[in-house]
Amino acid sequence: MIRIDSVTKRYPDGTVAVDRLSLEIPDRSITVLVGPSGCGKTTTLRMINRMIEPSEGTILIDGVDIQKQPVNTLRRGMGYVIQNAGLFQHRTIVDNIATVPRLLGWSKDRARGRARELMTRVGLDASLASRYPYQLSGGQQQRVGVARALAADPPVLLMDEPFSAVDPIVRKGLQEELLRIQEELGKTIVFVTHDIDEAIRLGTMVAVMRTGGHLAQYAPPAELLSSPADAFVEDFLGADRGIRRLSFFTSAGLELTTAPVVALDTTARQLAAREAEIAEVAAPHLLVTDLDGKPLGWCAPEDFPGAEPGRLLSFGRPFEFGKDSLRAALDCAVLSPTGWAVAVDAEGRAVGVASQETIGEAIRAAHAERRKADVAG
Amino acid sequence: MNGFFDIPSDLQHSWLGLIGLHLREALIPVAVGLLLALPIGQLCVRVRWLYPPVLWVTTILYAVPSLAFFVVLIDYTGQSETTVMIPLAVYSLVVLVPAIVDGVRSVPQETLAAATAMGLGPVRRYLQVQLPIAVPALIAGLRVATVSSISLVSVGTLIGNQGALGNLLADAMFYHRPVLAVNSVVTTAVLAIVIDALLVLLRKVLTPWAPPASGGSRSAGRGGRRTPGRAAKQRSVVRPRPAALAVQDTAPVKDTAR
Repeated sequence: MIRIDSVTKRYPDGTVAVDRLSLEIPDRSITVLVGPSGCGKTTTLRMINRMIEPSEGTILIDGVDIQKQPVNTLRRGMGYVIQNAGLFQHRTIVDNIATVPRLLGWSKDRARGRARELMTRVGLDASLASRYPYQLSGGQQQRVGVARALAADPPVLLMDEPFSAVDPIVRKGLQEELLRIQEELGKTIVFVTHDIDEAIRLGTMVAVMRTGGHLAQYAPPAELLSSPADAFVEDFLGADRGIRRLSFFTSAGLELTTAPVVALDTTARQLAAREAEIAEVAAPHLLVTDLDGKPLGWCAPEDFPGAEPGRLLSFGRPFEFGKDSLRAALDCAVLSPTGWAVAVDAEGRAVGVASQETIGEAIRAAHAERRKADVAG
Repeated sequence: MNGFFDIPSDLQHSWLGLIGLHLREALIPVAVGLLLALPIGQLCVRVRWLYPPVLWVTTILYAVPSLAFFVVLIDYTGQSETTVMIPLAVYSLVVLVPAIVDGVRSVPQETLAAATAMGLGPVRRYLQVQLPIAVPALIAGLRVATVSSISLVSVGTLIGNQGALGNLLADAMFYHRPVLAVNSVVTTAVLAIVIDALLVLLRKVLTPWAPPASGGSRSAGRGGRRTPGRAAKQRSVVRPRPAALAVQDTAPVKDTAR
């Protein structure tokens, strides 16, 4: 555990970057420091590896004051990932990654072997090993940055806006990769970002900081969204926090119906037999699937037998039942031309459909349950 | 005894001998300049406010004609090669200090921060990160310094035939053999071009990591993909000031005016 104990950073000109900050960063989880520029989040991060020395207060790692050991020993025991990767442009990818192991006295072969192993781990092709940084894309460079930080297998990983200089698609890929790596390795990660969405996506705990180096709120992301501590946090979370909060509710409790789901080879007679059922759920359209059960599109009931797969109404994007959140389900319903969301299983076969009303009910139920849990807990 | 390669005996050297002498008188000062410029440059990087005054001083030194240096130096080092080489070393220094400073400063902030965060101390950071990344800028500076040094050696002819190939210019007049002047100019120019080409080759060998787009013969901008502005700034390293350009582009004949 990293314990930041009433730490203040005051510069000679009187500027206070961090003001009496106390924070307990749990082991084997991602703790995100988020806030607008000038809130002291990067300063806080850099005080953990002593690139900036605090003016007051102490920082303890597993109960030991970080001032108690030589600064370079401390730093070699922490991975550091920076914006734009900060790779050594004059060294090959494999040697970039091998930097800290070499500093720790590993042999060249062992360090390079380890570096190659890490390249695979972060999703880099082995053929890139002897390339130079300029030959890689921004996203690949950032992966090298992550691999380099992990090279000596440090328990702590400090990440300073690592993904903010890449485009949104690459960023999403890198975030997913980080979550996957974290699941495998279980590092204690301190992650700095100004992007609240990134914070909520990655953080086990999120510390929202405000200008002047004050901690505004320190809570798990779901709690942050449901009960922001003050107007600043609420404002920082943005206008759609209600929608985003739905990311934390599973779609597993959603009541799906299979009544309007018909396979392409369903006959008029079979359809007629299900008419009452379909009328009961008040589905204005039928979801046509192929013989394998994969959704093809929506079709008006009167057109159904004989509908051409190419002329069906698009069903938009399906959500994976039980795995995706209610937010994804709602999004699918809103995007769907019929107003109904299509739920699929892991193989992409339709398992049912849900109307916006059904999803609305599920949301209300989830909120009620969460409130009950909050009262109880 | 009137051929292109027939050197008057008063010079006590064959043509090849003069070339060797010329190279020695030109390259030793550059090497000394480099040795001095490295610590001075590093000091200027670490102590930021020091750089402008250092630039002023070196620029003023650069403006001092070598003849003036000779007048002062001759009392101490006599009519010797050393007297010729000291001003040349000073001129090299003037070109190399900004090249090193700008080269080291061209190392991106995040690269330095990453190096620090990985536990590289100041010495390792300098030797393993800053200096290697400054190599292109450094070699660009070396090219200017070397070429100007090669052309300036000729001035030494004024202090008792210490000008190596430049001595041929004086002899051309004494013996009314213009071909010697042609020999001097052509040989000096070829020498400068060959050394310059060797330096380009050296840079190519030392920096396989440099992107080819910005690895053009004169560009020293590295990491330039993200910062085109920096590449533009780097170009000024190569040509620190118009004076250096003029020196580089003029024939040795004109340099005697120094």
